[in-house]
Amino acid sequence: MRRLLFIIQKEFIQIIGNRAMLPLMTILPIVQLMLLSFAADSEVKNVNITITDLDQSQFSRQLIGQITASDRFTLINAPLAMRISDHDLLAGEADIVLNIPPDFERNFLKGYPAKLQLLVNAINGQAATVGSGYLMSIIRDYNEDIRLETAMGVGRVPSRIEVASANWYNPDLNYKYFMVPGILGELVIILVILLSAMNTVREREIGTIEQINVTPIKSWQFILGKMIPFVFIGMLLLTIGLTAGKVIFDIPMVGSLWVVFGYCLVNLIAVLGIGLLISNLVDTQQQAMLVAFFFVMIFILMSGLFTPIESMPDWAQLLTIPNPVAHFVAVMRKVLLKGSGFADVAWNFRVTAIMALVFNGLAVLSYRKVS
Amino acid sequence: MISNAITASNLTKKFGNFTAVDNITFNVKRGEVFGFLGANGAGKTTAIKMLIGLSKPSGGEATVAGLNLMTQSEKIKERIGYMSQKFSLYEDLTIRQNINFYGGVYGLKRKDIRTKTADILAELQLEDKADEKVGGLPLGWKQRLSFSVANVHDPDVVFLDEPTGGVDPATRRQFWEMIYAAASGGRTIFVTTHYMDEAEYCDRISIMVAGKIAALGTPGELKERFAAKSMDEVFLRLVR
Repeated sequence: MRRLLFIIQKEFIQIIGNRAMLPLMTILPIVQLMLLSFAADSEVKNVNITITDLDQSQFSRQLIGQITASDRFTLINAPLAMRISDHDLLAGEADIVLNIPPDFERNFLKGYPAKLQLLVNAINGQAATVGSGYLMSIIRDYNEDIRLETAMGVGRVPSRIEVASANWYNPDLNYKYFMVPGILGELVIILVILLSAMNTVREREIGTIEQINVTPIKSWQFILGKMIPFVFIGMLLLTIGLTAGKVIFDIPMVGSLWVVFGYCLVNLIAVLGIGLLISNLVDTQQQAMLVAFFFVMIFILMSGLFTPIESMPDWAQLLTIPNPVAHFVAVMRKVLLKGSGFADVAWNFRVTAIMALVFNGLAVLSYRKVS
Repeated sequence: MISNAITASNLTKKFGNFTAVDNITFNVKRGEVFGFLGANGAGKTTAIKMLIGLSKPSGGEATVAGLNLMTQSEKIKERIGYMSQKFSLYEDLTIRQNINFYGGVYGLKRKDIRTKTADILAELQLEDKADEKVGGLPLGWKQRLSFSVANVHDPDVVFLDEPTGGVDPATRRQFWEMIYAAASGGRTIFVTTHYMDEAEYCDRISIMVAGKIAALGTPGELKERFAAKSMDEVFLRLVR
């Protein structure tokens, strides 16, 4: 036990003594947090639209007026030929093209179905769905209005279904509230996995590991001695990050921070197991970096941070189960935004604890004092 | 009291088809300075790595400090010190921090670590550099510091793998004085070297050629046996 304390002490001296490392480990992630949180905004604010009005009627002009009155849409062109509006779409200038056919008003007044054509540039899938969603709702509202107007004389108006929606947990749909906790979780994990992956292999490259291996230090003491300082760093980073998130973005913290920190602890242990395992299996720091990056990329892109896990194919959803970043992002969002308690994230705790056991077990086994 | 600090019988290490160390048998007496000579690639480092428990022997038996190498290698580690060819203290720690770390790792009490640190600093005359990083020290001082750290826990046997590589003759001289001082206190020194003048300082030497021990005896005996004037000549005869 005393031996472990000496190892921890030595690791701390090395980390703190390295003047470049400490600021790199604390300031850079905060810069990243701010940068990513401001930039990774998938809210669709501006949709460029081209409208071809072949009807040139009162109805069609009213509709165009409604669309252009919305601050989400910018009317970039209003040609009188569909050929030209198609061109706008092909050239990538228009996100959406709305074609109003010649008999739009007449059909409507006669009680025939009045048709509109909507062409969406779906290269950016999210902008396309969101943009056409906005447009559809404008058209629907307008439809409702003209039906009421024209129905006056006719008499009976079929009652409509009113949908009143509310956004729970993030009522203003503030995208940053959603992103900041997730990005913060991801940053903590990435930093720690990279640092730990480089650690043992560094000692091997320098040759100090040989001296360690002739001492009576046991494998688990060595691994634990490496791990504990990194757990501290991870926790420190989480604390700084949450503070920055609160101060800069005013992110909500509905749930218990104890659950967040408790989960972070378990997750750090699991991730450090992966990092130290990588470090034990490779021969050089360069290899460690490449292997760590391989996993880091997969962990991030399949974490549900930027794209929802629910919309991944089934096999990919299964792959997110052993992904520590996915769990961390989920727990951060659930607890901070939704106020989930321990019981609600118990599954994440359990899976992560199993990963911690497996990877650390492997790390201890793969650290060989004897060749 | 055990009279032999190291016994090796038919110790062998194979890497695939290549036999790096081939059935070597020897004893090292307690308090002896035992020189382990050989050309590059003769198997010296492999032999030493087996004895200190870094490499598992493929065959044979050995005891170090009276403990069985095959079954008690972790126990042996508490009783031996080791200094490798490559400087392997932590360059980003200070002298004091290195001594403190290794003292702690070998289970010394805080009080003992303090006295040890003071002793080492005084012996190496490094009191004023105690809180400087080890990386900045000249090579000769690094080597002597490594030796002191390898002795921090008062081991029974100290293994030195080419400890004086690349240092000037004056520093080598000082280094050997430290070795003698340790040996006179009853500590066994197992040392590999390339320098034939250093071989003369040893109580007994063995010369390895292609994984086997080609000759073993005191420097005087070996010179007599090979009718050579110096150890240089003995070595060249055997190695050629």
